[in-house]
Amino acid sequence: MPPAIRTQGLTRLYRKAPRRGVPAQEFRAVDGVDLEIQPGELFGLLGPNGAGKTTLIKILCTLLFPTSGTAEVCGLDVVKDCERVRERINMVSGGEPSGYGLLTIREQLWVFSQLYGLSTAEAMSRIDRMLDQYGLAKDAGTKINRLSTGMRQKMNLIRGFMTAPSVLFLDEPTLGLDAHIARQTRDFIRAWMAEDRTRALLLTTHYLAEAHELCDRVAIIHQGRIRACDTPENLVAAHRGDAVFEITLSGLDGQSEALRRDPDMKVSRLDADPAAGHTTVRFSLADDAALPGALSRMAALGGRIVNLSKHEVTLEDVFVKIAGQTIADAEKSSE
Amino acid sequence: MSSLANNLRAARARAWIRVVAANRELSWVFFETFLPAMTTAGYVLVYRALGAPPEFESYVILGGVMTAFWLNVLWGMAAQFFWEKDMGNLDIYMMAPISRMSILLGMAVGGMLGTAIRSVVILVLGIVLFRVQFHLPGLATAFGIFLLAMAALYGLGMMLASLFLLFGRGAQRWVEVAQEPVYLLSGFNFPLASLGRTAAALASAFPLALGIDAIRQTALDSRTGFLPVPVEAAILAGLAVAFFFLARFMLRVMENRAKREGRLTLKWQ
Repeated sequence: MPPAIRTQGLTRLYRKAPRRGVPAQEFRAVDGVDLEIQPGELFGLLGPNGAGKTTLIKILCTLLFPTSGTAEVCGLDVVKDCERVRERINMVSGGEPSGYGLLTIREQLWVFSQLYGLSTAEAMSRIDRMLDQYGLAKDAGTKINRLSTGMRQKMNLIRGFMTAPSVLFLDEPTLGLDAHIARQTRDFIRAWMAEDRTRALLLTTHYLAEAHELCDRVAIIHQGRIRACDTPENLVAAHRGDAVFEITLSGLDGQSEALRRDPDMKVSRLDADPAAGHTTVRFSLADDAALPGALSRMAALGGRIVNLSKHEVTLEDVFVKIAGQTIADAEKSSE
Repeated sequence: MSSLANNLRAARARAWIRVVAANRELSWVFFETFLPAMTTAGYVLVYRALGAPPEFESYVILGGVMTAFWLNVLWGMAAQFFWEKDMGNLDIYMMAPISRMSILLGMAVGGMLGTAIRSVVILVLGIVLFRVQFHLPGLATAFGIFLLAMAALYGLGMMLASLFLLFGRGAQRWVEVAQEPVYLLSGFNFPLASLGRTAAALASAFPLALGIDAIRQTALDSRTGFLPVPVEAAILAGLAVAFFFLARFMLRVMENRAKREGRLTLKWQ
């Protein structure tokens, strides 16, 4: 069986034509990506907005041509064999506003099932089973224009699941969902994968905990390039030697941002609470021996320790170590 | 065979959306029947006030009937890819294992409900209110010509739809630009021959121009036709075939170009 997904040197450039004295601009959205995902794998593509995740998915879904490199889905080239690739895939995006407001959930799903050659009887049987499974059965007759974000996303997931694709792409499936619906969504995803171990699922997310919880393997993508690729456990284990601390300081008086510029500290979270006069910082150091130096620099800024604790390394810390900034900071700098 | 069946399923589903939506929001009945009927009646009254021969009133009625199909092609099919993109549905259609033509066919067929009702209302208005007389022996031929004209017209609409894959909102502006001149060149409200031979020959590339002209000659027994009916029918058949293949070609070319330039699923353009 060929890999579910294989890319080699996959690159996508966006060019902006020159205009009124502004020279032509080129943006490398995906830059030499090599990936191999096996059938049965739930693979996470982890990175901030603008990292190239959606561009990569659009290439794999035959919606965009790569500028160079190759991409295969189920052993089929996404450019040359796009018709056959389409028979094997489906894609759902988070926050997707698709559908027709005057149709009901059940009608809408039937319409989309007809694009994949399902007979009406087969389609309705799958739709009803999944509506029931995902707690939407009682809302089957609700019109799309009356759905909450969570209900709409459940419907979208059923749209992707019901055609039983060999490879399913989920682009930020929990974007904008509250914690309860996001958890249900993750449960749906796991249940769908467990039904058939030949399926593959490529999920993009910028929620690190979600990737850790769901994925068999994750790739960290930043500025269009894959920076690391392994199981979440191995990625974390590779950085286990790092010393991760969380410290709460008082007395920084607006100097908290200076901590981000500390040469030894990789800050993965910085929450300033001006009302309480406290700043909480999560950071990693090369080893424990670097802690006294870091603490003395904090003291030099006027910081007084309220609380200090040592933590296990998480994917968030790994991302900061690899990308040199937090996901939130990477998103700010790409805007 | 299975591919054909899948494409027909997709077309049926896309048509079904139109029919269901129309039944659930009935306000269109007023806008698609009463208002166009008023416009058509206005033209008839102008001819009547000028003392034009009664057959000119019949021209206007037939023109009004056919206008509905042209507007359905323009806004119900050609521009529809733009709206689908805007609604977030285009990705879903474009990555589905079906022909883009089946989606466009579904849009066209689904839009026929509203179009047919609009046409019938104008026809009834013409017969009941303005006493339009039809040449009964020519009606079967007229219906055949109508089908040929529709095949060519919807092929043209599919070609126009391909522009929306690439240009989005920009293509919409071009369709708006095309709308009014077509009213002139197609002779919706006057005989095509009155444009003069050169202009009429150029206008013949637009299927409705010859379609309306041939239908007038057969259904109204008009003597003001531009070309003999068999010639017009042959040209319409040629246009139908040519537009079908051109549409297929252009849909493929424009989709590939849009995928290369990254515009296929880019919203708000």
